[in-house]
Amino acid sequence: MNQEIGRIAQQKQKQQQRLIEIVVIIAIAIILGVIMPLALPVFRLKLLGRFLSLCIVALGIDLIWGYTGLLSLGHGIFFSLGGYALAMYLQLQLPEGQIPDFFMLYGVENLPWFWEPFYSFPFTLVAIFLIPGIVAAILGYLVFRNRIKGVYFSILTQAALLVFFHLFNGQQKYINGTNGLKTDTTMIFGTQAGSPAAQLVFYELSILLMILIYLLCRWLTSGRFGRLLVAIRDDENRVRFSGYDPTGFKVLVFAISGAIAGISGALYTVQSGIITPSFMEVAFSIEMVIWVAVGGRATLVGAILGTVLVRLGQTFLSEQFPQVWLFFQGALFLIVVTVLPSGIVGWLRTDGWEYMRSLLGLRQPIMTYPQLEEDPELQLEREELES
Amino acid sequence: MNILEIENVTVNFDGFKALNNLNFSMKTGELRVIIGPNGAGKTTFLDTITGKVQPTQGQVIFKGRNLGNIPEYKIARLGIGRKFQTPRVYLNLTVAENLDLVVNQNKNVFPTLFRRPISGEKRTVAGLLETVGLAAKAELKAEFLAHGEKQRLEIGMLVAQSPDLLLVDEPVAGLTDEETENVGNLLLALAESHSIIVIEHDMEFVRQIARQVTVLHQGSVLFEGNMDQVQNDPRVIEVYLGKEE
Repeated sequence: MNQEIGRIAQQKQKQQQRLIEIVVIIAIAIILGVIMPLALPVFRLKLLGRFLSLCIVALGIDLIWGYTGLLSLGHGIFFSLGGYALAMYLQLQLPEGQIPDFFMLYGVENLPWFWEPFYSFPFTLVAIFLIPGIVAAILGYLVFRNRIKGVYFSILTQAALLVFFHLFNGQQKYINGTNGLKTDTTMIFGTQAGSPAAQLVFYELSILLMILIYLLCRWLTSGRFGRLLVAIRDDENRVRFSGYDPTGFKVLVFAISGAIAGISGALYTVQSGIITPSFMEVAFSIEMVIWVAVGGRATLVGAILGTVLVRLGQTFLSEQFPQVWLFFQGALFLIVVTVLPSGIVGWLRTDGWEYMRSLLGLRQPIMTYPQLEEDPELQLEREELES
Repeated sequence: MNILEIENVTVNFDGFKALNNLNFSMKTGELRVIIGPNGAGKTTFLDTITGKVQPTQGQVIFKGRNLGNIPEYKIARLGIGRKFQTPRVYLNLTVAENLDLVVNQNKNVFPTLFRRPISGEKRTVAGLLETVGLAAKAELKAEFLAHGEKQRLEIGMLVAQSPDLLLVDEPVAGLTDEETENVGNLLLALAESHSIIVIEHDMEFVRQIARQVTVLHQGSVLFEGNMDQVQNDPRVIEVYLGKEE
């Protein structure tokens, strides 16, 4: 009986938390979507849009690394696949019978077959997340079926990244190699993709998709499925002996994570104006992981916060101290890893709050073993006595 | 009818025979204790049954079905539950969530993602919380549990799987005497409705629960019998119990 009451109270609390979360999300959406475009100059707004599109890939990494414990150093593959898909569509927005300019340079006269489907806009929209998703699923299946995990998984993803990098870099005839595909001067629905109006649309789309994907990740990680991901991270063998096959779960999460990265890549590409194989450089994929580490693993909010903070820091430092900003960046990562191993959000959730209180001169609440103060057994007895 | 039959099983790790022509069988509903010195192959024995290790030779038959080449998760679904030596619960999940994951009746990917827990499953979780005495701590993360509570939670998770055969590896290692007795009683209660294999070192505890004891030595069965016979068998005394002065 009392437990029932306790459960109802708990549900109420959960509902309240959900309400707060929704209000915060709406507030952030309004600030980003309405106030920022009015307040910031076009150049800054574009920068912010790019940060936000990168937040999306960070969410994907948090899903696979923070929750499932698989450190992928190859998300650049999926990111770039999404970017190339959209860039190819944009490149094809030409008068009838023409093919993109760069083909002339290499003496190619007919459009390569795999470009053909990208004439279609609906196909492109699906391809942006489906192609990276499928590639991730295949890669994941091969790796997870053989029970490769830990460092070996990381190394394999990085090796795959290098393979894709060289593939795209070397194929000038098909995909313009090192020079990449430009999107700025191409047309989309009758306007230039680089024009302020189109860029504003991409900016707003980034916000919308970031929020939608955040909600998707929240849903994935909140129920039984999410708890199973944590269980796989903490003790995969135990999961097996409980009757689950971890392979299927890991493949699905990796595929979703890859699909998310593809969406992020597409948005980033159109807001950067170009995609080149440099998006598949090792350093960039590692940077994605660093955003999540700085923000806090397995928090989702941390992935977004970390991305924005690190990127903001980079922009600020590279403008102020163009020669030495990389050192600052390195120092920042060292500090985070050594002082805040669970990231900013992780720290705030554990002891950051108390620390800030003490900085403000407020009395610190007495900390003991957390459940001593309200031992559940005692609590239950107390409730029973009171009723 | 025999629930488990192990015929001539040899497990060869690069020339080292962890199990050597082992033959073993137990009846449905039996509680069997397995003892033996370090390195006798006790844990490998469990690994072989659960599919973690494939036998080099011989076969394991569970409820009339050969378990060769069946992956671990399918063996678990067939009805074999295993408790590990150290308590292995999911530390970052609450007690109730730990149980809920195991109670889940359809463990394929998409049902786990889309299906909401049905009321029967919720009732099972609530019942299990009572059985293992952790109802008050249901919403507490498992990392805050004491060692003995974790052991009980893991046994609860095992039962949640509703297996026919429970494999329990050293359930009382590192427990106080009182907790040891609790776990012993829990196992005896479970033995009413399950077949159980317990591996244990603590002879005091073995005496509390054992009816039939199997002694392993160097990968084979050295002796089988009830507790009194085991304690008086000269070979067992020599390799395992030691002479009492």
